[in-house]
Amino acid sequence: MNNDTFDLRLNTESHIEVHKFRAGAVVATMVAALVLQALLPVYFPKAAILDLPLLLTTYFGLSRRNPSTGLLLGMVIGLLQDSLSKSPLGLYGIAKTLIGFIASSIGGRLDTEHPASRFALVIVFFGVHQGVIVLIKRLLLAQPEIWFTMRLGLAAVVNGVVAVGLFFLLDRLRKPS
Amino acid sequence: MATIASRHRSLVLLAIAIVAQVLLLAVQIQRAQQNRHDRLVRVWTVALISPFERAGSWGVGKVRGTWNHYFALRYTARENESLRRERDTLKIQVNELQSRAAEAGRLAALLNFRQEHPSAPLVPARVIGTSAEAASQTIYIDRGKRDGVLPNMGVITPDGVVGKVIEAYSSVSQVLLLTDKESGVGAMLADSRLQSPVSGMGEPLLQMKYVSESDVVNPGDRVVTSGMDRIFPKDLPVGTVVDVKPGVPFKLVRVRPSAGLQRLEEVLVLRSLQPLELKKEAEPAGAAPDKSRPAPAVAKP
Repeated sequence: MNNDTFDLRLNTESHIEVHKFRAGAVVATMVAALVLQALLPVYFPKAAILDLPLLLTTYFGLSRRNPSTGLLLGMVIGLLQDSLSKSPLGLYGIAKTLIGFIASSIGGRLDTEHPASRFALVIVFFGVHQGVIVLIKRLLLAQPEIWFTMRLGLAAVVNGVVAVGLFFLLDRLRKPS
Repeated sequence: MATIASRHRSLVLLAIAIVAQVLLLAVQIQRAQQNRHDRLVRVWTVALISPFERAGSWGVGKVRGTWNHYFALRYTARENESLRRERDTLKIQVNELQSRAAEAGRLAALLNFRQEHPSAPLVPARVIGTSAEAASQTIYIDRGKRDGVLPNMGVITPDGVVGKVIEAYSSVSQVLLLTDKESGVGAMLADSRLQSPVSGMGEPLLQMKYVSESDVVNPGDRVVTSGMDRIFPKDLPVGTVVDVKPGVPFKLVRVRPSAGLQRLEEVLVLRSLQPLELKKEAEPAGAAPDKSRPAPAVAKP
């Protein structure tokens, strides 16, 4: 890692094109996402439908295209999200670890720059994320949880729409190649 | 072996991360069964995030205040704010007077709540954040241990019951809303005095449990606290019955919360852990407790 970038890519995966970000951009956006996730619903209750930490995990996974950093980023933001809720530590951590890994693994194989593909990918990741959470709740926490509701379907679409705009803004944080 | 691990470095890392977190979950379940809590990470995270939430809440308040007072309706907004405060005060008085009229002074002690419980003042608090996950219905308020707020203290608004404190940090507390699946409050119907706990379902409406088929409940009936949970005093508004469906063995009774739980900005904390019992009264004739009814409502831990 040099002084003005936050590039953690590994030698074994260096053939994959990655996008670099300005120093501190990843950490700052993570903290901002967590603060907004907690603050927005106070004034706009319907904003609770958003999962900004998931969108960030997806974005940085798709952009950096390094599974190791993708899963670590997902794990950290997931654990922080757990810490701010009353759920046991690790619930969102595991789900976002997987999302970070999958997103960065497929980031180099798909066109992740087009708004339509971003929209579709976020919907898929939202579903996978929700599936993992329900699975953990059922298997490890013995909590009965419904797999799918209309609200979740709507939430997936809303997060997909928001992701298109958010990812466009986050693209501004990329370091020019 | 080392070569394989190196080649599949990310997969190995993924496996380690998942296994470590599964173990973390298992440890927490074990510790929760022993009533021990892993709080250090939560304390750190709350300490990291809450200043931003507090600043954000302050910033939003300032921006909104500036807009309302200077750009939008300069004088009307101020007057409106004053009237809203007065309305809140009047709401409390109306609630108290309604119950008093219906129950022949049963609320006399509640009216003197402050005098009877000098050690249990109401602490006003601002809502500075919500849970970072949509599934749990919790909020963060800007009062903590240094303000005398402790876990299991009740939280209300002038409109009704909000929930109870589940975690208290130095200057911030986490409140479990009434609508959470794990939340509950001892309640009764205001008019018939039929007692039954009310619990959350993870959605905007609440559920009144253990109302048998023979009990009469109608949409529009007011639900108030029974005081049996020893957190909230008797006769605070909980909600209004909006739907009653037959069921076996109990009716399905849905209740809309009185407090606007979806849009809370300021709340009051009942700063007392003592049982909030009002003065003993003579039992009204014919009001003997029903032995067939389930045990008195107690808020879930």
